[in-house]
Amino acid sequence: MTENSGELDSADAGLVAALQRRDERVFTDVVTKYHGQLLRLALAHHPSRAIADEIVQETWLAVVQGVDRFEGRSSFKTWLFRILVNRARTRAEREGRMVPFSSLASEAEGDDDPAVSPDRFVPADHPEWSQWAGHWMVAPKSWGESPEQQLISRETRALIEAAISALPAGQRQVITLRDVEGWPSEHVCNVLEISETNQRVLLHRARSRVRAALERHFEG
Amino acid sequence: MTVMPADELTCQEVVELVTSYLEERLASEDRRRFDEHLAICEFCTEYLRQMRLTIGALGALPEEPISSDALAELQKAFRSFKR
Ligand SMILES: [Zn+2]
Repeated sequence: MTENSGELDSADAGLVAALQRRDERVFTDVVTKYHGQLLRLALAHHPSRAIADEIVQETWLAVVQGVDRFEGRSSFKTWLFRILVNRARTRAEREGRMVPFSSLASEAEGDDDPAVSPDRFVPADHPEWSQWAGHWMVAPKSWGESPEQQLISRETRALIEAAISALPAGQRQVITLRDVEGWPSEHVCNVLEISETNQRVLLHRARSRVRAALERHFEG
Repeated sequence: MTVMPADELTCQEVVELVTSYLEERLASEDRRRFDEHLAICEFCTEYLRQMRLTIGALGALPEEPISSDALAELQKAFRSFKR
């Protein structure tokens, strides 16, 4: 997907024109298509389901009211998700739950947050194995020949969703867009307004924590 | 005992570089060291596999469809909104 290319692709232009002439079938299609994705991103900002639902509804109402002024400086999708992110942030600020802007960057730059607990590696001062310092002492165990089926079981899905909702806000937002929704990194940086490096740091920490939760589950 | 090359990455370093590796953001020299480590370390190879499985499982989470009530409410708002 091209972002900020300065012109709207023809599919987007057709979609926006249909919404501007109040084509309800097109509106229903677009709501159906994006609702689940918007809800996930809203949940990534506000783990409360009731609030997330409200933010998604507000976003669609803002689309209805704003589509006549849509200028095509970004794709429709970017515009839509930015509305949601702005609503979610405004709400968080109002509730005093979040320092505005820069908070994602400061989360990425915050304290060291190792991907794997340091006590699973040989310490530098180990009496016998110090030449192996930094190598696995408690190595990851195999998850089996083909764990794919188990990974998509209902139980494991619930576990992954719980692991995501336990993440700090920035990690939750980035992993939701990158891995759950499968967006490319430029698009995520664009919608969340963070640098590529901060995005990668947050993604790394988030993935590491979800892997650790799965590891406890598989070894449990 | 195997002698480690002087610039070999440790496993602890590897687990912190996994995302940059998968994102293809490692400098070519670091990428070489990463690949060399994987070639001799079955544990980090397993770790990388687990990260890939984790990413795959995240991408397979089902999406929740909109409720018929919420959709009806939006359609009503859409209809009643006058330019
Ligand atoms: Zn290793």
